[in-house]
Amino acid sequence: MPEIRVTPLGAGQDVGRSCILVSIAGKNVMLDCGMHMGFNDDRRFPDFSYITQNGRLTDFLDCVIISHFHLDHCGALPYFSEMVGYDGPIYMTHPTQAICPILLEDYRKIAVDKKGEANFFTSQMIKDCMKKVVAVHLHQTVQVDDELEIKAYYAGHVLGAAMFQIKVGSESVVYTGDYNMTPDRHLGAAWIDKCRPNLLITESTYATTIRDSKRCRERDFLKKVHETVERGGKVLIPVFALGRAQELCILLETFWERMNLKVPIYFSTGLTEKANHYYKLFIPWTNQKIRKTFVQRNMFEFKHIKAFDRAFADNPGPMVVFATPGMLHAGQSLQIFRKWAGNEKNMVIMPGYCVQGTVGHKILSGQRKLEMEGRQVLEVKMQVEYMSFSAHADAKGIMQLVGQAEPESVLLVHGEAKKMEFLKQKIEQELRVSCYMPANGETVTLPTSPSIPVGISLGLLKREMVQGLLPEAKKPRLLHGTLIMKDSNFRLVSSEQALKELGLAEHQLRFTCRVHLHDTRKEQEMALRVYSHLKSVLKDHCVQHLPDGSVTVESILIQAAAPSEDPGTKVLLVSWTYQDEELGSFLTSLLKKGRHLTQPPPLPSPSWTEPGLHFRTVGALSEQTLRSHPWGQRPCVMCPPRQLFPAKEKLGSGLSCLYSCAWAPKRWLGQGVPDSSFQ
Amino acid sequence: DLSTVDVILISNYHCMMALPYITEHTGFTGTVYATEPTVQIGRLLMEELVNFIERVPKAQSASLWKNKDIQRLLPSPLKDAVEVSTWRRCYTMQEVNSALSKIQLVGYSQKIELFGAVQVTPLSSGYALGSSNWIIQSHYEKVSYVSGSSLLTTHPQPMDQASLKNSDVLVLTGLTQIPTANPDGMVGEFCSNLALTVRNGGNVLVPCYPSGVIYDLLECLYQYIDSAGLSSVPLYFISPVANSSLEFSQIFAEWLCHNKQSKVYLPEPPFPHAELIQTNKLKHYPSIHGDFSNDFRQPCVVFTGHPSLRFGDVVHFMELWGKSSLNTVIFTEPDFSYLEALAPYQPLAMKCIYCPIDTRLNFIQVSKLLKEVQPLHVVCPEQYTQPPPAQSHRMDLMIDCQPPAMSYRRAEVLALPFKRRYEKIEIMPELADSLVPMEIKPGISLATVSAVLHTKDNKHLLQPPPRPAQPTSGKKRKRVSDDVPDCKVLKPLLSGSIPVEQFVQTLEKHGFSDIKVEDTAKGHIVLLQEAETLIQIEEDSTHIICDNDEMLRVRLRDLVLKFLQKF
Repeated sequence: MPEIRVTPLGAGQDVGRSCILVSIAGKNVMLDCGMHMGFNDDRRFPDFSYITQNGRLTDFLDCVIISHFHLDHCGALPYFSEMVGYDGPIYMTHPTQAICPILLEDYRKIAVDKKGEANFFTSQMIKDCMKKVVAVHLHQTVQVDDELEIKAYYAGHVLGAAMFQIKVGSESVVYTGDYNMTPDRHLGAAWIDKCRPNLLITESTYATTIRDSKRCRERDFLKKVHETVERGGKVLIPVFALGRAQELCILLETFWERMNLKVPIYFSTGLTEKANHYYKLFIPWTNQKIRKTFVQRNMFEFKHIKAFDRAFADNPGPMVVFATPGMLHAGQSLQIFRKWAGNEKNMVIMPGYCVQGTVGHKILSGQRKLEMEGRQVLEVKMQVEYMSFSAHADAKGIMQLVGQAEPESVLLVHGEAKKMEFLKQKIEQELRVSCYMPANGETVTLPTSPSIPVGISLGLLKREMVQGLLPEAKKPRLLHGTLIMKDSNFRLVSSEQALKELGLAEHQLRFTCRVHLHDTRKEQEMALRVYSHLKSVLKDHCVQHLPDGSVTVESILIQAAAPSEDPGTKVLLVSWTYQDEELGSFLTSLLKKGRHLTQPPPLPSPSWTEPGLHFRTVGALSEQTLRSHPWGQRPCVMCPPRQLFPAKEKLGSGLSCLYSCAWAPKRWLGQGVPDSSFQ
Repeated sequence: DLSTVDVILISNYHCMMALPYITEHTGFTGTVYATEPTVQIGRLLMEELVNFIERVPKAQSASLWKNKDIQRLLPSPLKDAVEVSTWRRCYTMQEVNSALSKIQLVGYSQKIELFGAVQVTPLSSGYALGSSNWIIQSHYEKVSYVSGSSLLTTHPQPMDQASLKNSDVLVLTGLTQIPTANPDGMVGEFCSNLALTVRNGGNVLVPCYPSGVIYDLLECLYQYIDSAGLSSVPLYFISPVANSSLEFSQIFAEWLCHNKQSKVYLPEPPFPHAELIQTNKLKHYPSIHGDFSNDFRQPCVVFTGHPSLRFGDVVHFMELWGKSSLNTVIFTEPDFSYLEALAPYQPLAMKCIYCPIDTRLNFIQVSKLLKEVQPLHVVCPEQYTQPPPAQSHRMDLMIDCQPPAMSYRRAEVLALPFKRRYEKIEIMPELADSLVPMEIKPGISLATVSAVLHTKDNKHLLQPPPRPAQPTSGKKRKRVSDDVPDCKVLKPLLSGSIPVEQFVQTLEKHGFSDIKVEDTAKGHIVLLQEAETLIQIEEDSTHIICDNDEMLRVRLRDLVLKFLQKF
């Protein structure tokens, strides 16, 4: 039984070190390769030994996909590819490819240079790792190999964030990475088509939150910042260099312009400045409005926001500082926080989610006395505000995306177990879609039933399609054909074609029944009577009287003959092929009851009047022959199939069969044994 | 009749200039597909055109001359103009916007399903930003449309050749207009002529489109002017869309060649004209009015349109500089004959240099491409199948391939030389499980399929029949003839042959006696004398002739069937 298997190595009932293994139709794909910000030991990276103990990862993975540049989605990549060892392709979008190495380098610097960690990946490793990256466009279908294809969709969240569809044959999985369903000031909303995947793996950071309108949040934010600087306080906004930083900068920039404020806004140096350049160059990835107006005014060229210098932190007077990183776990934001924390006039605004274990998480959960490195205790007197500006979808957004993609089942990652539980129920109840939430290392197995694609000969298909136009189209129609399986090539063809292709001759099985009737009339006259009788009885069928005196009903031939010994007895010869058995055997019984029979018994609806089945009667004939033949669709059934319509000269040679094939019932009945060499 | 057109695929921004005529007034309701750079830059080209035309409003327009009898009497170019009655007024910006809003944006290698029947995919063609070739394919047939492609390394992403392989038909068009000119040489000539003129104190006029080759020219000049000691000479780019064009060129990193892409990763602007602008060497203006007249310094280099020299700011510069032999006009766009373009300005004192830069495929590249891609058939415009009329001895200036290319002409319908034989159909797993394959030959198995066909959006699906297929028991059903069954089982075809001896043995086993076998020319005749029955057995047919005894017939039938395979 084919199945899809999913094992989170990270981000299973957790936020951080996203790393999910997916096995689909024999292909193994790793989704994201992130680090955990809450840990500084082995737990910060996913446990890649799960994939293989001693073999090379390249042999076990067909590809790696990185959804966006946040470190909890790509932070372990150089470790994974260079230190553990993976040489296969790594897919990400262009902006991710551009920004990812810079963030990795930054992360490396903090870990190695500041914390002095050994056995960490080096700058060269980051470079080597990035050489394995293949950049993808949005909506581009990337053929990883002959069977596995991936496709990126816009995810909002941060610049270059993408959702990925992984597809093998008719089975598919969609991985959302992090996404945002509402457009914001610089990015658009995530979008996916109704691709009906077998499984949708979605983040669930805000599984239980339904956020109020963005406008309110923004107004709130501006009000708080404004009030603080008005009373001379300093505002610290810890952000990650890319993403919320730009969003809030745009927000403050426009506000400052409108209110004509002079209080300085600073941006922590280096990275963030550079980040703005990326936004300028990747304008097509931003939202509609920015894309439209960038020629007149590039939104990422800020007038009021200046670069920050470390010395500014001690300057008197109000200021607003954006500093990295966003969870206050290290770096400049933490330094500034320590300086300003003691003053109640100041304020720190946490605009995003904070992972457990970080200073950000601690102060948000109400801790006011923090134990810092070196056993110092830092008392936090400044105001702490939390405002969700994270560009993650909230519960409504997640439901919306599930509705858009219409998956068969949903799997939750990147969230807290309790919240997931809630969302899981909601999805199962409201959308009636089965939902999973495996923990790290736990495998979810989904049986799938992929359809099997085969080639159908167009002739066979068209014949069926034409029938579909008939009034009875709504009835389910049966299609008959033969499936030829040669190696891994499957083709569905009509039975006739299958025989022909395999070089097999059709074996014609024919029946001829003698129906004895007492009748003194001449054969011709009798045939005429049979004809008019059948004509009146079989209204649904094509009954014909042929010039040579025989009668046909569809493809069944009836001839009248007079056995020489008894002039009072006539014999009706009814002849049909195996394929027409039902009608043939019905006719014989009908004829047996003789001409006295005026009211026919209820007629079986013979199969050949059923749409879709006609072709069998004319099976062995090419369409060309049929069209050129005066009989149209009804060949002479007396003839062996391949000599049905001989040349015209033979017509009228006095033989019983109008089309002068070898079959001559009169003669052989008279002689007792047919002469097969008779011509 | 354009209302019957379902889809328009746009290859590059030069190929969409007539789009508003189609989408706005013809009843066309289909979909238009194009890449984002194509749409954005196409919009700029149209905007410039509309702007140029609107600057010279005409109170009246002459139309009487379009009468065939009058047109016949007119002097040469007018006399020979074709289909003058269909000539239209230029569209407005409103129509342009409306037309462009109907375009669906697509990315390279994106598979777009059309009505479930075919799939179209744009591929990079290497000619311009976002320019594409198209693959139109079903599951078993593949047509490639190659239009305006380039194998040279300029700014756009290189041409994707690999995806064109295995085409049944390759439609080839948009080859270079100037097959004899080498673009690299032309760029060199362009630079040296420009330097020469400027050194002598003259001005250089470059009539050009606002996007495309101009990026490459600016890049060349960026490298060249310093080494040639011309860094103080101002470069002016005058077009209503000059600013937009320069800005847009910088944001399409994903559509650029590898070199430029890696610049963006640094992050730096991909084109050096950003630096030219920053250092004030390159200035751009929407028109010659306004700021430009204040900043204007000579000698200088001016890039402006329209390359036909019939409208746009270029006309003013022709008037201004035409009389001095110090000045030079350099033609780089290949779309217009420079002699015809210059005709109304004669006599001219200024120097005219013609170095057309057309990076599209030439015939040598075409034959290389065709060797590489190996399409079964090539289809191309008639012009490409013979040498150009002006150079009829140049047999190398035509498409040469095996089998010979099929050619088409304007308004001609061409039937493509392939026959569709197969289509894809999906078999439901339940049905697939129920199939019983039998091996007929080594490696080849057969299974008879009776299934319900479901067709939706041109996708076909086979589902198991609603009732389990009954074995060949037509009789049973006959008794319940009132109850018309929905689905009937069709009698299979038979194959194989009947070994007479074994058949006779079987007959005897089943209680038939008095069996007589006669040999005939083609086979045997088995006579069951008691039953007055005769069974004629040949290699590929069996004929049972009996009295009207249904029981007997069915018995015999079943015995015969034992020896045969069913399909």
